[in-house]
Amino acid sequence: MADKRMTEDEVVAELESGMTIGIGGWGSRRKPMSLVRAILRSDLTDLHIVSYGGPDVGILTAAGKCRKVTYGFVSLDSIPLEPHFRAVRQGGLLPDFMELDEGAFYLGLMAAAHRVPFYPTRAGLGSAMLSENPELRTVTSPYGDGEELVAIPAFDMDAVLLHMNRADEKGNGQFLGPDLYFDDLFAMAGAKTYMSAEKIIPTEDFLREGPAHTLKIPRTHVDGVVEAPMGAHFTECPPDYGRDEAFQRQYAATAKDPEAWAQFRADWLELESHEAYRAKLEERGQA
Amino acid sequence: MSGTTEATLAEICIVALAEAFRGDGEVLCNPMGPVPVIAGRLARATFEPDLMLTDTIAYAIEGNLPLGGDPSDAVVESYMPFRTIFDQVWSGKRHVVMGAPQIDRYGNQNFAAIGDDYRKPKAQLLGMRGAPGNLINHATTYWIPTQARSFVESVDVVSGPGNDTIASLPEATGRFHEIRRVVTDLGAYDFETSDGTMRVRSLHPGVTLEQAQEASAFELTVTGEVPESRLPTDEERHLIREVFDPNGVRNGEFR
Repeated sequence: MADKRMTEDEVVAELESGMTIGIGGWGSRRKPMSLVRAILRSDLTDLHIVSYGGPDVGILTAAGKCRKVTYGFVSLDSIPLEPHFRAVRQGGLLPDFMELDEGAFYLGLMAAAHRVPFYPTRAGLGSAMLSENPELRTVTSPYGDGEELVAIPAFDMDAVLLHMNRADEKGNGQFLGPDLYFDDLFAMAGAKTYMSAEKIIPTEDFLREGPAHTLKIPRTHVDGVVEAPMGAHFTECPPDYGRDEAFQRQYAATAKDPEAWAQFRADWLELESHEAYRAKLEERGQA
Repeated sequence: MSGTTEATLAEICIVALAEAFRGDGEVLCNPMGPVPVIAGRLARATFEPDLMLTDTIAYAIEGNLPLGGDPSDAVVESYMPFRTIFDQVWSGKRHVVMGAPQIDRYGNQNFAAIGDDYRKPKAQLLGMRGAPGNLINHATTYWIPTQARSFVESVDVVSGPGNDTIASLPEATGRFHEIRRVVTDLGAYDFETSDGTMRVRSLHPGVTLEQAQEASAFELTVTGEVPESRLPTDEERHLIREVFDPNGVRNGEFR
């Protein structure tokens, strides 16, 4: 059985500028932040990010890494509006974006996972989601009712990045928090899927960590596994740790001031490795 | 009767929002934000006992959880991760309460972005979030703490479609659409009108029709005598003050 363990930088070496990259998690919850920071310090650019957006989207758009973002929202949860993303949108600095109903977004993931071109929904009819996204099309039901529905296109993604609580080296993933979000669909939808985890454990230990229904990411859909303790920091990753609200506030505050943002990036986000980041967190008394 | 001195504005708004759930029966009541959450819990604790409510994380819980209370103290009756919430939206057994930085006469709502250019907005707000899907699938109520800022002639972007927008679509499309209520710092409004316009349902104690109209960029529809919004009962007052919100979070929403 293949050992799929990799480092963050080895994952990023598999990515190319111009790719469409899906990022799992939700808002400021269980985001693969060590992988996001590895993208930030790479020379990748012109990316199309697909995400239930949080600081992943804030960081990558504010750093000018993106040509497009597909999202239902971009939020830090305890700070409802992601300030870096707001600054980018309000400055007209994001070349393209598709803002969808957050439930419709789920259907785009599911269509890609199931390899069908679209899933139909009523969501979007009568709203700006349709009028402002002219590439969205409607379909007419082929059955007697003839109802018109929105066809949410499959989110075909070149690569997907996820963070789980536990994984084995073969690529099976386990979530131990209250919500999987849509990470299983992301994993199935990605042409390549890379999953970081708090801890890589022997397969036989999974059921000591949680019941079988927490094993939601099957290795058939995972190409690489990265062991990254504190890998979701500063987003939450329960039960391993909660959100680092003080750190998040510090991050959010830098959206107002380009110098503070450059300093914050240098101090934290562009450190040469996740190990260096963790070491710095430990100095700060966080890890 | 000592009238309004017995209830604060926040408490009157909470009761008016709770009233929006009257008759809902067994649906998922999904309020967003402290005042609506208190209202949902209050409705269940009093006149609408079959409502289902979440801990705002991933569980449907029984009992009277205070705002910010530890959900692990509560009895879990069902599992409601986000995926299940969306399935619930599409199945229709849900009544949501959302905010509306902009709302017009027909209930078109915008919380996505402010400004003439959606591609480069003056203010990026929440984005579409769940509004398009919520509105077209089940009952929606809006909570607006500052009416004068939010009642606009026309919204910059439609995130939640209103009655005129829905009327322009095929009948099948809009068959689950219902804007149940709009509750503001001045009164409660509904759309129980023949033309789908917003009607004054009740005004909070001390608020005149002139003041309510003054705080609206569109003409408010009035049919007959406008009653005063009801005050909380003793039981409701006790539940709001002692059980659901002992720390007075409810008062922080008016700015």
